[in-house]
Amino acid sequence: MTRALIVAAVLVVMGLLKLPVESDLAARHRAEHFRGIEFNLDLREKLGQLGFMAALSGFRSIVADALFIQAHAAWEDTEWGRMLLLFRHITTLQPRVLLFWDTAAWHMAWNASVAAMNDANEPRQALRVKAQREYFALGKDFLERGIKNNPDRPELYEALARLYKEKYKDHERAGEYYAKAATLPEAAPWDRRFSAYELSYCEGREREAYERLRSLYDEGEKERLPTLIKRMKFLEDKLGLPQEQRIIETEPPKR
Amino acid sequence: MTNKDTAPTLQHFNASTVPTCHRAFSFSRILAITSNTLTELSRLKVFYVLLVFGLLLIGSSIFMAQFSFQQEFQILKDVSLGAISMFTSLLAIVATARMLPRDIEDRTLYTILAKPVPRFEYVVGKIAGVLLLLAITTLLMAAAFVAVLYMREQAVLHATASQMSSAPPDQVADALRAIRASAFNINIVPGILIIFIKACLLTALTLFVSTFATSSVFTIVMMVFVYFIGHLEATAREYWLHEYGSGLITRSFLAIVALLFPDLQAFNLVDDIVAGTAISLAVFARTALLGVFYTVIYTLLAVFVFYGKEL
Repeated sequence: MTRALIVAAVLVVMGLLKLPVESDLAARHRAEHFRGIEFNLDLREKLGQLGFMAALSGFRSIVADALFIQAHAAWEDTEWGRMLLLFRHITTLQPRVLLFWDTAAWHMAWNASVAAMNDANEPRQALRVKAQREYFALGKDFLERGIKNNPDRPELYEALARLYKEKYKDHERAGEYYAKAATLPEAAPWDRRFSAYELSYCEGREREAYERLRSLYDEGEKERLPTLIKRMKFLEDKLGLPQEQRIIETEPPKR
Repeated sequence: MTNKDTAPTLQHFNASTVPTCHRAFSFSRILAITSNTLTELSRLKVFYVLLVFGLLLIGSSIFMAQFSFQQEFQILKDVSLGAISMFTSLLAIVATARMLPRDIEDRTLYTILAKPVPRFEYVVGKIAGVLLLLAITTLLMAAAFVAVLYMREQAVLHATASQMSSAPPDQVADALRAIRASAFNINIVPGILIIFIKACLLTALTLFVSTFATSSVFTIVMMVFVYFIGHLEATAREYWLHEYGSGLITRSFLAIVALLFPDLQAFNLVDDIVAGTAISLAVFARTALLGVFYTVIYTLLAVFVFYGKEL
């Protein structure tokens, strides 16, 4: 009995000693993007009892992968609603996996939107266009939430820029997101260039776009790509620049 | 018989039976118990776990052929590391839970303790045996995982290089770099070490429970509960410390969970590591130290309870 009491006392003292250490460690983990999800009733309702228990026991990546495989099967069966639901669960479980956010957005904005536009069961075009735009918005929502969870990674900014460019034809926003991606540490070398290209399509911002393209051009041969030269020539004509201020290239260099 | 006749015999007897000084602590005794425990556990065919792990790896690789290489590598890493975590935790609990009851049942325990072996050495030797088994198993599973990942990476690299044979060299280099970046990541190594430390903690805790448990089934059931509650400890601690819980009973329950159970969520870092989150040396060291602290405390408690156990 005495031994049991001593053990209980040691456990309580150890508990009191470990509390601040564990709290501090948990805070450090969160600061470094570990323990990114909250285990609460909302998640429990989304995942179901088994999935929640598995996720709670340290197997959330496996649960997320199982759901991802289900989403893949749903895609093959073109069950867009089910896919949306599954991708919401997947991204809730694994908010730091960029691949899941990007794939979810791609399925919504590219695949589901095209399917909605070609829906043979919906004769009214207005409703098909509405459905298409709803899927664009769902894709955008995935990417925006992905960026909120991973503000330090450039890939989702690039994906959102592509979505604005190709689906919304909004070159200004596309340029903005490419520019944001370019400021991040692991940005692709073409982000700055793409940002300037997108700006060159924006009415009223030609001067700014030209200056950015020019600064890239002045960096040397590596940046003097055919598209860059083509856009510069277009802007030179549009801005009516005098001959002495124009670039001297007549045709894109052969690479 | 005269004294003269017996003298050489006595002399001989004295020379061979001079009592050597019995040391209170002996590494060689612990080592003997450790190696014996490892042999016993090996005879239980626990290494069949590796076969299941291998099949899981091969099976998932075949199944994932329909995905893109990023998806394939992501799932391969998740499944493999999840399986390593699950198998090591299971092995830690099941192997340790059987240890003491089996030794009592086989009467091996009495044979050992009848010799000048302190109970402390017996417990330490036993736990060291299980930890050694866990280390070997983790190492073998990690090696199998890295080998499969490397083979898949090479296959994808070759396929991409041949598909892009007519593309400009900088584009090919970019594509190959992207493939390499999505395959092996050096941060996975500390992630696997944290999985091993979590298994060590579970081993020590199971040993502690088994010192007062009445059977191995009881220990395993208890440990399953502890495993789940341990993963909830962080939530309970936050609710208790921030006074979210209302009512005396709720708050008392939260306090018990927060104080008595280890925070097992602290050791689930590998999910985020696979996702690309880098683990800093400070975070790794603190997490590992917490695991070692728990392991040592639970082992000492197990020794303390075992000393008072009536055998």
